Amino acid sequence: MPKDPSIKKVLVIGSGPIIIGQAAEFDYSGTQACRALKSEGIEVVLVNSNPATIMTDPDIADHVYVEPMTVEVLERVIEQEKPDSILPNLGGQMGLNLAMELYRSGYLEKAGVRLLGCKPDTIDRAEDRQLFKDTMEKLGQPCIPSKVVEHLEDAVAFAGQIGYPVIVRPAFTMGGTGGGICENEEQLREIGTNGLRLSPIHQVLIEKGIAGWKEIEYEVMRDGKGNVITVCNMENFDPVGVHTGDSIVVAPSQTLSDKEYQMLRTAALDIITELGIEGGCNCQFALKPDSFEYAVIEVNPRVSRSSALASKATGYPIAKVATKIAIGYSLDEIPNDVTGQTCACFEPALDYCVVKFPKWPFDKFVYAKKDLGTQMMATGEVMAIAPTFEHAMMKAVSSIELGLDCMSMPSVEALSDGEVVEKLSVCDADRSFVVYEALKRGVDYDTIYEKTKIDKWFLAKLHNLAKTELMLRWYGQHPETELPRALYVQAKRQGYMDKTILRFIGRDALPFPPLVAGFKMVDTCAAEFNAKTPYFYSSFDEENEAAQFIAAHKTDRRKVLVFGSGPIRIGQGIEFDYCSVHCTWVLKKYGCEAVIVNNNPETVSTDFDTGDRLYFDPLTPESVDHIIATEQPWACVVQFGGQTAIKLTKHLQEKGVKILGTGADAIDEAEDRERFDELLERCGIPRPKGLTVFTTEEALEAGKTLGYPVLLRPSYVLGGQNMIIAYNDADVKEYMAIITSHVDMDNPVLVDKYLMGTECEVDAICDGEDFLIPGMMEHIERAGIHSGDSISVYPPYNLKQKLQATIIDYTGRLARALNVVGLMNIQFVVYNNEVYIIEVNPRSSRTVPYISKVTGVPMVELAVRCMLGEKLRDMGYGTGLYPTGDYVAVKVPVFSFSKLHNVDTQLGPEMKSTGEVLGIARNFEDALLKGLIGAGYQMRKPTPGKCVVLTVKDSDKQELTDIAWAFKDMGYKLYGTAGTADHLAKNMIACSHVRKLSEERPNLRDLLESGLVDYVVSTSSKGRIPSLDSVQLRRKAVELSVPCLTAIDTARVLVRCLRSQHTLRDVELLDIAKIL
Amino acid sequence: MKACIVLANGMAFEGESFGAAGTRVGEVVFNTGMVGYEETLTDPSYYGQIITQTYPLIGNYGVNGQDAESARIWAFGYIVRQQCEEPSNFRCKETIGQFLKDNGIIGVCGVDTRRITRILREAGVMNGAVTTEYESAAAALADEALMARIRAYAVADAVESVSTRNMETFNEGGAYHVALFDFGYKRNILRSLVQRGCRVTVVPAATTAAELSALGLDGIMLSNGPGDPAENTAIIENLKEITHMGLPVFGICLGHQLTALAHGAKTEKLKYGHRGVNQPVTDFARDRTFITSQNHGYAVTAGTVDPALAQVSHVNANDGTVEGIRYKGIPCFTVQFHPEACGGPRDTAYLFDEFVAMMAERKKGGH
Repeated sequence: MPKDPSIKKVLVIGSGPIIIGQAAEFDYSGTQACRALKSEGIEVVLVNSNPATIMTDPDIADHVYVEPMTVEVLERVIEQEKPDSILPNLGGQMGLNLAMELYRSGYLEKAGVRLLGCKPDTIDRAEDRQLFKDTMEKLGQPCIPSKVVEHLEDAVAFAGQIGYPVIVRPAFTMGGTGGGICENEEQLREIGTNGLRLSPIHQVLIEKGIAGWKEIEYEVMRDGKGNVITVCNMENFDPVGVHTGDSIVVAPSQTLSDKEYQMLRTAALDIITELGIEGGCNCQFALKPDSFEYAVIEVNPRVSRSSALASKATGYPIAKVATKIAIGYSLDEIPNDVTGQTCACFEPALDYCVVKFPKWPFDKFVYAKKDLGTQMMATGEVMAIAPTFEHAMMKAVSSIELGLDCMSMPSVEALSDGEVVEKLSVCDADRSFVVYEALKRGVDYDTIYEKTKIDKWFLAKLHNLAKTELMLRWYGQHPETELPRALYVQAKRQGYMDKTILRFIGRDALPFPPLVAGFKMVDTCAAEFNAKTPYFYSSFDEENEAAQFIAAHKTDRRKVLVFGSGPIRIGQGIEFDYCSVHCTWVLKKYGCEAVIVNNNPETVSTDFDTGDRLYFDPLTPESVDHIIATEQPWACVVQFGGQTAIKLTKHLQEKGVKILGTGADAIDEAEDRERFDELLERCGIPRPKGLTVFTTEEALEAGKTLGYPVLLRPSYVLGGQNMIIAYNDADVKEYMAIITSHVDMDNPVLVDKYLMGTECEVDAICDGEDFLIPGMMEHIERAGIHSGDSISVYPPYNLKQKLQATIIDYTGRLARALNVVGLMNIQFVVYNNEVYIIEVNPRSSRTVPYISKVTGVPMVELAVRCMLGEKLRDMGYGTGLYPTGDYVAVKVPVFSFSKLHNVDTQLGPEMKSTGEVLGIARNFEDALLKGLIGAGYQMRKPTPGKCVVLTVKDSDKQELTDIAWAFKDMGYKLYGTAGTADHLAKNMIACSHVRKLSEERPNLRDLLESGLVDYVVSTSSKGRIPSLDSVQLRRKAVELSVPCLTAIDTARVLVRCLRSQHTLRDVELLDIAKIL
Repeated sequence: MKACIVLANGMAFEGESFGAAGTRVGEVVFNTGMVGYEETLTDPSYYGQIITQTYPLIGNYGVNGQDAESARIWAFGYIVRQQCEEPSNFRCKETIGQFLKDNGIIGVCGVDTRRITRILREAGVMNGAVTTEYESAAAALADEALMARIRAYAVADAVESVSTRNMETFNEGGAYHVALFDFGYKRNILRSLVQRGCRVTVVPAATTAAELSALGLDGIMLSNGPGDPAENTAIIENLKEITHMGLPVFGICLGHQLTALAHGAKTEKLKYGHRGVNQPVTDFARDRTFITSQNHGYAVTAGTVDPALAQVSHVNANDGTVEGIRYKGIPCFTVQFHPEACGGPRDTAYLFDEFVAMMAERKKGGH
C-alpha cells in the first residue's frame, strides 16, 4: 500500500511541557514524525507549548504554534491552517487526549479533518477501563479482577469483595497520576477520592493486587494491511507494583523461555490486531512467576516512553515507522534504515543486553517520600548497552549521576546487617542498592526474593558483581599480593572502571597496562546483515567495529565529539538536548564530522542519524577516554551538554584534548568562588557579599557577618541543587546537616547575602572579542526564586534603560575577561537601582532554545561558528544587544508536584520545575495569559460562594493588600489565617479568619475539601519540612488541584491576567515559523 | 577448563568449556534467536553443525525437558558468550551446561560470538571444530591433522542419521490420518497436527508410496531435516510418486526443498543461511508479511520452479529467496520456514489449519 495521496497537510500535536510521566521522549518521537512527514512532501503544522523542544524548530515543521495546548487553541489552529489530517499518537497522552476531545465534540468531522494512525474507537477500547476489559474478554485475554467505578462507595464495596490489597488506577491520566496501592479501606478512601478527582472522566479502576508477578512489556507495530511485528520485549527488574517508569528495565526479557515469550508475544499481536491500531502500541503484562498464568495490565495505543526506549535499545525507529504507516505505507514497503538492505517488517535481534535505570529527583527533594508505587516519580532515565547484564548495569549506575561508580551506595553500606535485611522490604528508589548490599553480605537468594520478589536471575547477576567487588577488596586488605590479571579482566568485562578497581585494591596503579575498550555496533539484526548505521557501544572485546567503520569511511573533515547532557532531571532538561543536537547539526553544516556521546534514550541526540556517529555510553571520564582513543577527534564540545558535559572539562584538559570554545580555565574561574570574586573585582562588577565555608560553625559565623537572610549553596551546582535561603541560625544548621550527607565536602559551601531585588538574565554569544545578546529577560518573581522556576519575560517589561545598559556593559566585560568563545549565561539582580551579578555560566543555558525562537537569532549556530573561529561581526547579526523584536515572550515554569509526595511546593532558590511553556504575543498581557494557561493555570472566574485563601509571611503582608483587594473586587470571598486576616482587616479589606490545618476543626482542610476554594496564596519563611503547617496546606492544595501561588509576585501577575478582558478565544495565534 | 574454537579459515578463539570434553568437527553456523535455545539444540536439522548463538546470555531459564523438539541434542557443538550457571524459571530442571554434558556435546563460552558471526556473515558458513583438548588456540591451529579433518568435513547421510527406523502412531482416535515423514522432524509439527485432531503416524524417511498406501491416509506431512537436500536422491525419487497419490501434502523446510527437487527445481546453498526467529516472509495470496522461525542453509533456487507445475507462494521479504511453493494440479504446498515455531513466532500456524482443511475437504468429497 503506497502513501495515501489525499494526505497533504498534517497537524502534529506535541506533548507540551515536560512533566513526570511525559518527558523528552515525545520530542524524540514528534521530531521523527515531523521529519518523516516532510520527507514525503507533506506540509506539517505543529502545536506544542514547549519551546525547549527540537520539534518546535521552524526547520522541523512548516508551521509552528507554540501555544497553550487546549481544545480551543487547536480548533483555532485548524481553522487558520486547514490541515486535512491530525497525527495524534506521537505526542504522548496529552496529544492523544486533545485529539480525542476534538473528535468527541464532533469538531473534526465538521472541519473535515481525519485522524491518522488511530481510530477513536481504538483509543476508547484501550483507555476506557470497562471497554478495555470487554475487549480483552472478547479476545480471551485474561485481565486482573477489577471494576470500573465512579463513586468511592462502589470502590470500597468491590474491594471488600475481592479483598485487599487493591490498586487504584484513574482513567485517562498519564504516568499513573493519582493511583496507588491500598492495603486497607482507609487508604482506599484516601487514594480513591484523589484518583476520582484527577481522572478527567471521574473514573477509576479498582484492581486486585498482583504484586510479585513479573512485569513484561512488548512494543508492537501494525500496519493497515494487518502486518504485525514485535520490535522489542522488556522485562522489569522490579515486579508488578512498581510503575515501569520507575523500574529498572532490561531488554530483551531474560527469565522467559520461548514458550512464555511467544505466549505473550502472540497475546500482544492479537491485542493490537483486535484494536485495529495502525502504528505503534505498548502492551504490559503481568506473568505469574510459577506458572503460565498471565494478565494484561495495560495497553497504550500510541508511541510511549517504552517505545522510545525500545527504539534506542534495538535501533528500530518506531516513531518514524509509525508515521509512515499512518500515511498509508505498509511495513514491508518501509526500508530498514539501519541495514539499508532489509525492510521494516522484521523483528530486531539483539546481541547485547540493555538496562534502563530511572533518574529520580530525590537527590533534590530530600524530604520527598522515596517509596515507589504505581505512580511514576522519575524525571528521566539512562540506558546502557553491553554484552552482559552485569556490564550494562554498571554502565547505567555510572550514568545516573548519583556519584556512584559501582552498586555499593555509601548510605546503604553504613547500615547494619539487620537494617539491610529490614530495608529489603522497603520498596523505594534505593532498593536495587540495598539488594546488592544484602548479596554482598551473604544474604541468601530466598530471603531476598521473599521480601522483594525480584527474580533470582537478577539476584544472581548482582551477586556476580558483588563477588567481584569483594574479591577486589580482598586485594585491598592484602597489599602484598599482586592483583591477578584474570580478575582484572573479569572486573572490566563486568563494567568496573579502572578508578573503581584501584579504589577497591587500594593502589595507585595497575601492575599491567589497562584494558582499552572496543566498540560494537547496534544493528537491529545481531550482525546477520552488514549494517550501515554508525551506532556503537563499548565492550572489552578485541574487535573494534567503530575503528573499522572509521577506517572504512575516512574523510578529511575535522572530527568533533559532542557530549550530551545525560538523563533528564530537574535543572537539566530537554533544553540541553536541544543545544547538543543543534551543535551537532551546525558542526556538520560547517564541514566537521560530528560524533555524539550520550546515554539518554529519550532524546533526539541519541537518534542514530543525528550525528555522523553515535556512542551510547556513560559520560564518565573513563568511558569518554575510550571513545577518544578510538575516535582521535580534533576537538570536543562540552558547553551544550549542561553540567554533565561541563564536568568533563577538567579531565579532558588534563588529557590534552582540545576543547572547542571557552577553555577549562574560564569555566573554573566562573565556578571557583575565590577566583570568581577576583574576576569581578578586576572587572569592577559588584556582587552580593559572600563567604566560603566548609563547616557548620563557619556557616553560622558567615550568617552573622553578612546578616540574615543569606543564601547557602554548594559550589559546582546546576539548577540550584541543594540551595536555600536561611533566615536564621536554625535554618543554617538544618541545611548544613543535609548538605554534608549529600554532597562531597571537598567542595566548599557558599554563603551569600541575599538581595531581594529584580532578577534579570542574559544569554550571550561571544567570539573572544565581541559579544551578542540576542535578548534580555526579566523575571516576574524577585531574586530568591530559582531562575528556572521564575516566570521570565522577554524583552524586559520594567527594567530601566540605564540598568539595561549596565547589564550589557557587564556582559561585555565578563565575556572579555573570561575570554568566552561560544555561549554564556549571566544572572543579575537589580537591587536599589544597582546591578549585581549573581552567577555566570560559561555554557549554554535553559533559555537558549526559547530566546533563539523568539528573537530569530540561531544562538547555537552562531556560538558553534565562533568556536570554529569565525567572528560575530562577520555573521550578520551585529554585536551588543540585538534589536528587540515585535513580540513579547513569557516563559512559565511547570511543576510535577502532584506526582511527588511530601515535597513543599513553595518556590525558592532550589529549582523545582520539571518543564516550561512559552506564551508569545504582541503584548505582555496576551503573552502572559498564554503562558499561564499553557502552564496549566485555570483562569477561574468567581461564581457564587467561591473564595480565595490567603496566608502569607510577614514580609509579604504589605504587598498582599493590593492582591487581596483585586480578588475581592472580582467578587471572591476572602479567607485568611489569623495573621493575614488581621493584617487585611487593618487595611479595610474584609477577610474571614480560618483556622490552620494543625488547629481545631473545622479548619483549612474542611474549607479546601469543600471545593469552594479557587486559589490559594501561601508564602512562608520556612518550608521544606513536611510536618510544617504551611507545607501541609500547600500539599493539600496540590492534592485537590487547587492552584496555589507560593510567591507574591506570581500572585500579582495572575490577578492581573484574571482581570484582563482577554481570553484564549480572542488572542492572536502565531506561527513562529512565519513571524521571524 | 579451557575450550577452543577453530575455523577452517585459520582463525581460532579461546574460551571456557561448559559442556562435554573432547573434539568435534562440524559446520559452524549462527542462530539469532534470543530465546529458545533448548528447542534449537534439540532440532534435528542442526545435525552436523556447531551453533553459535548471537544472543550473548544463554541458559538464563535453564533447560526443562518439556521444550525439547526431539529426544536429544543433534547439534555437534555449542558456542555462546555467557552461559548462565544460576538459571531462574519455574520449569527449570537443569543448567544448560549440564544439559550439554548429559548429551555429550561440547560447549564453549566466554567468546565474542558477534565477532564469529561477522566472520561467518562475510565468508559464509565454514567448517570448524570445538575442542577441549588443546592448551591454546594456537596449539589447535598448529595441529595439521585437526585442520585437515576440518577442511575435509562435509555433512553426510544426515537424514538417515536422524530419521526413525520404525513407524509409530500418535493420537489413535484422531479424525485425519497423517503420515509424518521423519527427515528429522521437530516434535511441535507432531503436536500441531495432534492438536488439530489428526492421527499421526511418524514414518521413516525412506518410506515409499506403496508402503504409505497401506496405511489408509488422509494426508502427508513432510518434515524438516538436516543436510544438503540434493543428497537425498532416493527420497526425492519416492516423493515424485508420493506427491501424486491424491493426498494433501504439506512440506516444511527440508520437506519443502525435497518436494521442489522432485518437481525439477534446483536447490542452492545460501552464504550463511537463515537461522533465527525474525525472518519476514511475504505470503502473496494473503498479501501479508509474517515473521517466521527459520533454520536452513539451502534454499530452492528462484527461477528453477517450473511454472507449469508450481508457483512460488511465499518469498523472504529481506533477500527475496523462495519461502513457499504451491503446486498445480496436486493438493500440495510447502514452506521453507517453520510454521510450527518452537522456538519462534507462531504467526504462521494457520498453515496447519489449511492443511487440515484440505484433508477435511477431501474427506467431504467422498474419498
